[in-house]
Amino acid sequence: MTVTRAVVFVWLALAGPFTVAVAVLVFRHRSWVLVAEVLAAGLVLVGGCGLLASTTGPGTTPVRALGGMLRVDALAAYLLVVVGAVGLTATWAGLDRRRASSRHGSRYATLVCLFLTAMVLAVVADDLGVTWVAVEATTIATAFLVGHHGGRRAVEAAWKYVVLASVGVSIALLGLVLLYAATRAAGSPTLSWSQLTTHPPHLDPAVTRAGLALAALGFATKAGLAPMHSWLPDAHSQAPGPVSGLMSGVLLAVAFGAVLRIERLDDALLGGTTVRWLVLAGGLLSLLVSAALVVTQKDYKRLLAYSSIEHMGLVAVGAAVGSPLALTAMLLHLLVHGLAKAGTFVMAGRILAAEGSSAIADVRALLRRRPALAVPFLAGGAVLLGLPPSGLFLTEAALVVAGFRSGLGWAAGAVLALVLVVFVGVGRHLVTMTLGAPSTATTPDGPSVAPAPVAPIALALVASCVVAFVGPLAGVLTDVVAVLGRSA
Amino acid sequence: MALETRPPMSPEADPQAVALLAGLALLSAVVLVWRGPGASPRAPLVLQGAALSGLVLLAGLVDRDPRVVIAALLAFVLKAVVLPALVDRGGDAVGPGRPVDRGRSPARSLLLVAGLVVLGYVVARPLGAIVPGPAGRAVAAGMALLLVGFLLLVTGDRVRAQLVGFLTLDNGISTTALLAAGGVPLVVEIGVSLDLLLVVLVLRVLAERVTLAFGGSDPGSVRELREVRD
Repeated sequence: MTVTRAVVFVWLALAGPFTVAVAVLVFRHRSWVLVAEVLAAGLVLVGGCGLLASTTGPGTTPVRALGGMLRVDALAAYLLVVVGAVGLTATWAGLDRRRASSRHGSRYATLVCLFLTAMVLAVVADDLGVTWVAVEATTIATAFLVGHHGGRRAVEAAWKYVVLASVGVSIALLGLVLLYAATRAAGSPTLSWSQLTTHPPHLDPAVTRAGLALAALGFATKAGLAPMHSWLPDAHSQAPGPVSGLMSGVLLAVAFGAVLRIERLDDALLGGTTVRWLVLAGGLLSLLVSAALVVTQKDYKRLLAYSSIEHMGLVAVGAAVGSPLALTAMLLHLLVHGLAKAGTFVMAGRILAAEGSSAIADVRALLRRRPALAVPFLAGGAVLLGLPPSGLFLTEAALVVAGFRSGLGWAAGAVLALVLVVFVGVGRHLVTMTLGAPSTATTPDGPSVAPAPVAPIALALVASCVVAFVGPLAGVLTDVVAVLGRSA
Repeated sequence: MALETRPPMSPEADPQAVALLAGLALLSAVVLVWRGPGASPRAPLVLQGAALSGLVLLAGLVDRDPRVVIAALLAFVLKAVVLPALVDRGGDAVGPGRPVDRGRSPARSLLLVAGLVVLGYVVARPLGAIVPGPAGRAVAAGMALLLVGFLLLVTGDRVRAQLVGFLTLDNGISTTALLAAGGVPLVVEIGVSLDLLLVVLVLRVLAERVTLAFGGSDPGSVRELREVRD
């Protein structure tokens, strides 16, 4: 594929959703507002697939645009595919005619498209400062999406989300400032990731180490890693289902992509392990927090939010282990978790609309009473728990094996124990909600549920089970792992 | 298009002017802590923004770079005019008369600030060592400003107090960036400023919604989403 054609894919992924956002503001026709988000996510997916084809395989090089400001390597292209695929699942499954024709319908669609644009920019920017600006822009775009339903809890969640996420990301900015000061003192001021990794200058180790550690901590806040995770359960539980799916499946992955870049920089500049140990500690702590709180959880949307913290913890442990097997499993985990979580969050939103409560105790015998809602919800939950044939079963097993092989057996053992606790905790709640006979206190037929697409959720769940067995993906992931400095 | 970088603050910059401006920015944060959340934060925030843009102006004048002088004027408009006004309006929306000083004495707060300033100077030592000239000696003030911003944010239990803390924290990062590296690349600087403006605007709108939803109370005291209540 020619470089020129590859550049078109960069612009398709970046300018596509932005153009759709502008078009929604200009043409506020109901049918246009309805499909705008799906179109935007579809453009990102097409752009991502095109770029993945352009940046993987023998003899390929990263695609550059805008004089090198935008740079797409195999890792960026893979993350774009994750953004597009998970975004398409969440937006398509979340199609809602009532919302599209409501007073705030066009605002909702515009913000979702801008959210997608900001995430794409965070992935394709070569300059870490621009990545920071884009990550902060995701907070701005999603603030009103989190509070979209209105009401006390939604407003409180939106406020806390903006304050905590912005402060957390400010820490990353301070880290980048320190890194920039170190490069300036070395005579080559830059925040370009490619420049710093391909021609690493000799930097002051103390300032650089502090800068990279702060940058990793700041971006980890947006990735939902403990102990900076406190915004996540509130925001994910109060946002509309599709937005929760997008935030959980895509935003966390995009922010973690920035952490991966920082970890690679630490390796290239200092040959150090500071960021690696920070990421490992964050990953294990996230698993611990999730395990401690899912068991006694009483709200099923918060349950899914804590499940996201658990999965990001697993991803972080994989990144810290750092072997090719661990990194491959970690990358696959990001995709499979995103697909399954987007569908499950959308179903959780529909259950909330039907039952009128997000309390686990208020939802009983869902399989008998509302099988159309219960089956996809339960299937999504089973995939997230890692029950075979879920792709997460393979990735989690690979992460544990890679941990033992890399001399981090103690961490792998802890992961195994904590994942089992989460499995029991989440599984128990899912069974409580879906199985059993309806009690006499339960209303047999609650409010009617508007028809909504099930096909995207089914497709996403099937994909999350079979994607690990798609032959060409192995070669693609090998190239992505190579970007992170490890060759298979 | 390469990311344009500004020159670092010249070692020829007047050391007294650099120290005075950095010190004024830090002093404004101390005043904010001393006066507590009940008083209007506008004047100290204006002073803080003016000192920060004064540092940018100084760098522009020393280097005779008209682009940096224009950047200083824009920084003044944003940080000394627009943002302090927005933050102050946020306070009015939730009712400034509400007693919120939950047993915190100004003396104790100032003692804490003194500790943070010392900490700022300690953690900035490696950074000061790699930056030549007066900027290297003053960079600790930026770090101390940032830490005091954190203190204001963590202890702030009202909309306005949290906004003041957030703005002070950001000003601390900007001061550190300016003194340690002559600012960040221009495109990033514009993006960061735009993000800051939008975040403060979003928080202002959310503050009004909080006031409507909770009948005049503030987010700091709102605890509906605590884990124990789930």
